[in-house]
Amino acid sequence: MTMKVIVIQFSGSTCDRDLVYAMREVMGWQVDLVWYKEATNVLDDYDAIFLPGGFSYGDHLRAGIIAANTAVMDNVKKLANDGTPVFGVCNGFQILVESGLLPGALIGNDTLRFSCKWVNLRVETNRSAATSLGIKGDLWRVPIAHGEGRYFNDELGLKELNDNDQIVWRYADENSQITKEANPNGSIENIAGICNLEGNVVGLMPHPERASESALSPWGTDDGRLYFKSIENFFRRI
Amino acid sequence: MPKFNAEVIIEGKKNARDPEGETIMRDLMMKHGYKMVSSVRSGKILKVIVEARDASEAEAICWKMVNELRIYNPVAHSCSIKIID
Repeated sequence: MTMKVIVIQFSGSTCDRDLVYAMREVMGWQVDLVWYKEATNVLDDYDAIFLPGGFSYGDHLRAGIIAANTAVMDNVKKLANDGTPVFGVCNGFQILVESGLLPGALIGNDTLRFSCKWVNLRVETNRSAATSLGIKGDLWRVPIAHGEGRYFNDELGLKELNDNDQIVWRYADENSQITKEANPNGSIENIAGICNLEGNVVGLMPHPERASESALSPWGTDDGRLYFKSIENFFRRI
Repeated sequence: MPKFNAEVIIEGKKNARDPEGETIMRDLMMKHGYKMVSSVRSGKILKVIVEARDASEAEAICWKMVNELRIYNPVAHSCSIKIID
């Protein structure tokens, strides 16, 4: 059975179509791109929910906060708490954090610059829905494009993430080392993406949908496909 | 019902680095002779006009609003509210 997923489009979402393309054309899934006001009551029809990248509501006040307060997110939260896989990419990650589905905060890059480049993501766990086929320690090459991607949490929050195996990817160098130079935005412990306790809600700042075809990668890699294949694998198991 | 001017100030917590504040201090203030400045923290201010029976209710409404709508992220920010008049 083909995966049937929804991408929720907010006012200001700009990376929705890239996500739709990767899932529909590269993965062969059934994908519906739905305006957030129309998505509220149809979420149950889908195997997984995606929140795309972009600048929802202009990033006003704080990236993701206004979208996090929309009625559709109340339903996303209910379904996520019942085990539905929910994924946030970039602005989608910010929305998940601001809606309380993932812990912490995503604040301005410490470089004070919008950063747009390819990075290495080291897989830290295969417990999450988006890395269920990943190998711990492997590097995925994926691009980033963000100005407010610095993941932050307090000491207790960070300890919980580590203790509960909720850190999914870290920025790493070519030798899989976690270094300051490999960190594009000052994220605490080089954190690029995390999941909730159950592993069904996953957010990351980089864009796996832009790393799913070898023609798009400077190295001819398509590591982004592992993200989507992992999601499919996770869904088949639940 | 009377209207009150409220100031909602959102600041980064001290344990979150503030590169904007650092840059303003280092590259603007200190470079232009204000070497006596030793710290700058940047934040955001929302000037809100709110209808309420009295100043106390106005403040209570503002606190309820900032918490319910997560106008500040409690992990990364601290928030203060002042009723001006």
